[in-house]
Amino acid sequence: MKLILEKRPERSKKMALLSPILAIGLTVLFGAIIFAARGLNPLTALYVFFIEPVTTIWSIEELIVKAAPLILIGVGLAVSFEAKVWNIGAEGQLIMGALAGSMIPIFFTGWQSPLTLVAMLVLGMIGGALFGAIPAFLKTRFNANEILTSLMLVYVAGYLGDWLVRGPWRDPNGYNFPKSVSFEGWQLLPTIGEGRVHIGALLAVIAALALAFMMSKTLKGFEIKIMGNAPRAGMFAGFSPKKTVWFAMLLSGALAGLAGISEVAGPSGQLQPVISPGYGFTAIIVAFLGRLNPIGVIFAGVLLAISYLGGESAQMTLGISARIGQVFQGMLLFFILACDTLILYRVKLLSSTKPATGG
Amino acid sequence: MEAVVLTIITASTPLLLAAIGELVVERSGVLNLGVEGMMVVGAVCAFAAAYSTGSPAVGILAGVTGGVFMAFLFAVMTQTFISNQVATGLALTLLGLGVSGLIGESFVGLPGVKLAQLYIPFLTDLPIVGKIIFGQDVLVYSSFILIFAVTYVLFKTRTGLIIRAVGGNHNSAHALGYNVVAVRYGTILFGGACAGLAGAYLSLAYTPQWVENMTAGRGWIALALVVFASWLPRRLLVGAYLFGMVWIMGLYVQALGLGIPSQLLSSLPYLVTIVALVIISGNRTLTKINSPAMIGQPFVPDR
Amino acid sequence: MTDFNRGDAKQLLEVRNITKMYGDLAANKDVSLAISQGEIHALLGENGAGKSTLVKVIYGSLQPTSGEVFWQGEKLTIANPAAARQLGIGMVFQHFSLFDALTVAENIALALPGKLDLPKLSEKIARVSVEYGLPLVPTALVADLSVGERQRIEIVRCLLQEPKLLIMDEPTAVLTPQEADQLFETLHRLSNEGCAVLYISHRLDEIQRLCHNATILRHGKVVATCDPQEETAASLARLMVGADVHEIKTRSAPQTGKAILSVKDLAMKPDGPFSVALKNINLNVRGGEIVAIAGVAGNGQGELFDVLSGEKLATNNDDILISGIGVGRKNINVRRQMSAAFVPEERLGHGAVPEFSLSDNVVLTRFATSGRIISSGMINAKASQNILLNIVEEFDVRKSGPDPEARSLSGGNLQKFVVGRELDRSPSLLIVNQPTWGVDAGAAALIRQALIDLAADGSGVLVISQDLDEIFEIADQIAVISRGQLSKTVPAGDLTLEEIGLMMAGSHENNAHQNNNDANHASEATP
Repeated sequence: MKLILEKRPERSKKMALLSPILAIGLTVLFGAIIFAARGLNPLTALYVFFIEPVTTIWSIEELIVKAAPLILIGVGLAVSFEAKVWNIGAEGQLIMGALAGSMIPIFFTGWQSPLTLVAMLVLGMIGGALFGAIPAFLKTRFNANEILTSLMLVYVAGYLGDWLVRGPWRDPNGYNFPKSVSFEGWQLLPTIGEGRVHIGALLAVIAALALAFMMSKTLKGFEIKIMGNAPRAGMFAGFSPKKTVWFAMLLSGALAGLAGISEVAGPSGQLQPVISPGYGFTAIIVAFLGRLNPIGVIFAGVLLAISYLGGESAQMTLGISARIGQVFQGMLLFFILACDTLILYRVKLLSSTKPATGG
Repeated sequence: MEAVVLTIITASTPLLLAAIGELVVERSGVLNLGVEGMMVVGAVCAFAAAYSTGSPAVGILAGVTGGVFMAFLFAVMTQTFISNQVATGLALTLLGLGVSGLIGESFVGLPGVKLAQLYIPFLTDLPIVGKIIFGQDVLVYSSFILIFAVTYVLFKTRTGLIIRAVGGNHNSAHALGYNVVAVRYGTILFGGACAGLAGAYLSLAYTPQWVENMTAGRGWIALALVVFASWLPRRLLVGAYLFGMVWIMGLYVQALGLGIPSQLLSSLPYLVTIVALVIISGNRTLTKINSPAMIGQPFVPDR
Repeated sequence: MTDFNRGDAKQLLEVRNITKMYGDLAANKDVSLAISQGEIHALLGENGAGKSTLVKVIYGSLQPTSGEVFWQGEKLTIANPAAARQLGIGMVFQHFSLFDALTVAENIALALPGKLDLPKLSEKIARVSVEYGLPLVPTALVADLSVGERQRIEIVRCLLQEPKLLIMDEPTAVLTPQEADQLFETLHRLSNEGCAVLYISHRLDEIQRLCHNATILRHGKVVATCDPQEETAASLARLMVGADVHEIKTRSAPQTGKAILSVKDLAMKPDGPFSVALKNINLNVRGGEIVAIAGVAGNGQGELFDVLSGEKLATNNDDILISGIGVGRKNINVRRQMSAAFVPEERLGHGAVPEFSLSDNVVLTRFATSGRIISSGMINAKASQNILLNIVEEFDVRKSGPDPEARSLSGGNLQKFVVGRELDRSPSLLIVNQPTWGVDAGAAALIRQALIDLAADGSGVLVISQDLDEIFEIADQIAVISRGQLSKTVPAGDLTLEEIGLMMAGSHENNAHQNNNDANHASEATP
């Protein structure tokens, strides 16, 4: 038996739609196997993991709260990856956005006006973008690999945040807990309705729609697609590879920063040593699962949010590590990448290679 | 002084082990960004096996197996299914962190089995050099042997010539009748074995216990080291030990209590990695001559 | 020429009824061919006729769908190139199977079986290469060698295996005429020693000079087997192409106008260790004329194209003038807006994006010049589709659907699209690198005619080409590039093939600074 890939003359539109569905199916199947291997009833476990999180209003709200940063970061990364600019450091940019935006409530504790919030969000975006600018500069000036530099900076940002929260930015009246002052009033994102859903979710959808428009209709989107696909042809069209790196890093950095400040000004309400449960990394999966298409990212973000909640509920109900969520995420990304092959190639199974005997 | 050198060796060894494997992988034209994931799975497998059997040797074997298994997934994906190598490597890291957490949850906080160190009466008791040269564990010696073995194989044998040829131009290698995909399967699995060894070193020798995410970005630093060494194994030795020194320096400065925030010192290795990358990458001649031309590019043979 | 006693030579290789299918497409259909010892056998055919497929089957890199292979009378299967080499089949590839980052000796070692012993092998290489007049330095890095030297590696690599059959795929495409002569001598010598040669080419004069027998392929089938000495070039060409060969309508003496492109003392540093530096390039292209730059591949053609198009910027703005205005530091789109148009060598990935639709590939080079395509940052798909319709009609681009991905087109059709996309806007300056590289004769004729017609309308055309036949067919003025230096421009009629060959080998180097337009200096350039 031999597996042979045959290049299709054109990419298959049918497979482009089918491949994420196939990948999700395979993930569920392998998930069931893992649950069974752990001695759990796979059907019950899958129900707890995938369905339970969307059965109550409370959990649906929680789902949206978790999906919002994933989508916000994911659409930025989708654009960046489309340009083959591999920003792996969104987690760091998220932290820097959170820190930059938090300067307002920490240094101007009493400032309360709608402008406070606007200033926080803008600062958050600037913080993320500036942190994204570092790998962009190192890439365009010194040709340093952005995958490695952006990832190293995640650790640096993490330690910086940790230091600030335990040191200079610690709430003086906080009984020595490593926390900043609690944000209040216009220092917090307004909620939508009564529950925990805040306008970060709205920002995420707006960002996705705007980038979807940019990618499909504008010359900028054309430029990004071409620089990622065939950079030599992009230069022939008169586009600059360096500008593309800058644009992609600044855009994805700014959106990650926005997600960061939305976390602290939303669900957290203050700075803590750990700002995100790895949204910046999960968003990489979101971007790929969404086919690097901003609209696709919305669906992928919701699905990955389920894996967070599913992990938590699996831990509570089934007594299995919440890490199971991360395993599902990794598997999903694996399968989506494998299934993507089907878009460009036809898979054929040969019983054995036929030698040239003929006759 | 002796203590400092000894800790530098322990800090450098996992970097060296992981990096030498990735160097061979990249020499064959493949970029596997999943070193961190293979390493962490190696660490948890090694710990679990050693804890369950009490034998560090079984632990090392399990670590290698874990790393090879992860590498095999990567090989199937990128070589057979021609998936994007960058994305697949990331997926491997995310999967590895998840899987290791799942396997390791019941081992958190348990006392581990420490890998024995060599003891030769008289030689090991020599002042200063005794413990450094004759008092290490088997993985430290292995790391040095690996460096010299890889140097020899890559540059003096037909196997190495084929690996470099495949990494330099896979179409030519294919035209001459070499099985590009098979060669790359081989190097990828070797890379996984080395990453598994590196992980085993962390959970059996560096800190004999299991802590979630205990690789702490070392897999990524190993990737940077390969660039830093401009794909030459011996330079890897220099690079890994320089990084080990930075890592340990942070700990010692912290112990001095100069009031420097510990977080700054902890982030030093990552900052140094960036600086090193910038210095090496800025020199295009250096990076271009040794860097495998096919790196990261998919290969589909025509039939 | 003294024939190896070919009268009683035994049959060496025979293939019978080879068919190779790619999906529904037959690359080879019922192809049969026989070669005996010492025979130089030509395999003749157009691009895409199935020559390379057949050769890959013989060399074991492809397995036929059906058919039989006999070696010295024995039926067998050639499973892979190593098996072919074991039998005594050596192959010199058209796109060399060499490794830039490895040394000459390492490159050769890769094709030889047995233990790796580089010092011993180096000695052997030095000996054999001297013996056959193919000098090589075993320790040199391939990246530093010229195309001719690289071919020598390929040949020596085969000779060291003491082959019984040597396959050569378009070997002269990359050589100067003099280098080609030297190659023919080597091949004759091999033939006299009893080694058979399967010689693939579409150059008729070479085949008539060199080969004892010829098999002619068209659309994957054998259309004729003949003795080339008994045919005329015209009859061979008819067999190869099918219908009578296209005649290109030439113009009466060109009406040259004022300089549209002027290059003055242009110099560029190399872009990396594997790239060529440009030195003191001087050149004028006037309206109404076609200027051709000849040269062996890898002598700076790509680098020159990039700096003329603006993909790389020149050092000074006045190094390059379009219609008298300095553009050396201006982006490619500024140059396009000054009515310049460019066609690069590589169709897929440079001239066009393989995975983009044709209409998106129209946007690629036209968005800055065709106002209707972009309005306030947005792409108007309708406008680019209309342009596509024009191009398709005017240049007879054949494709599978209304707007398919570029990579689904055949080489000839894609080249017609890429050239047509630029000619569609009637540029006053066209710079094109290898206009008909790897395309079928029909498309090549159409493209060459279009270039001639453009010049006839008063535009300036600069053609960079390795194909001397093409250059003599269409050019009014010829210059030669070698190692990044450009010779003087000489009227086409004043040059012989031999002179141009010497220039390709570098006879003009360091002389390039002389008066650009003085044709009488041409003879001085030859030592």
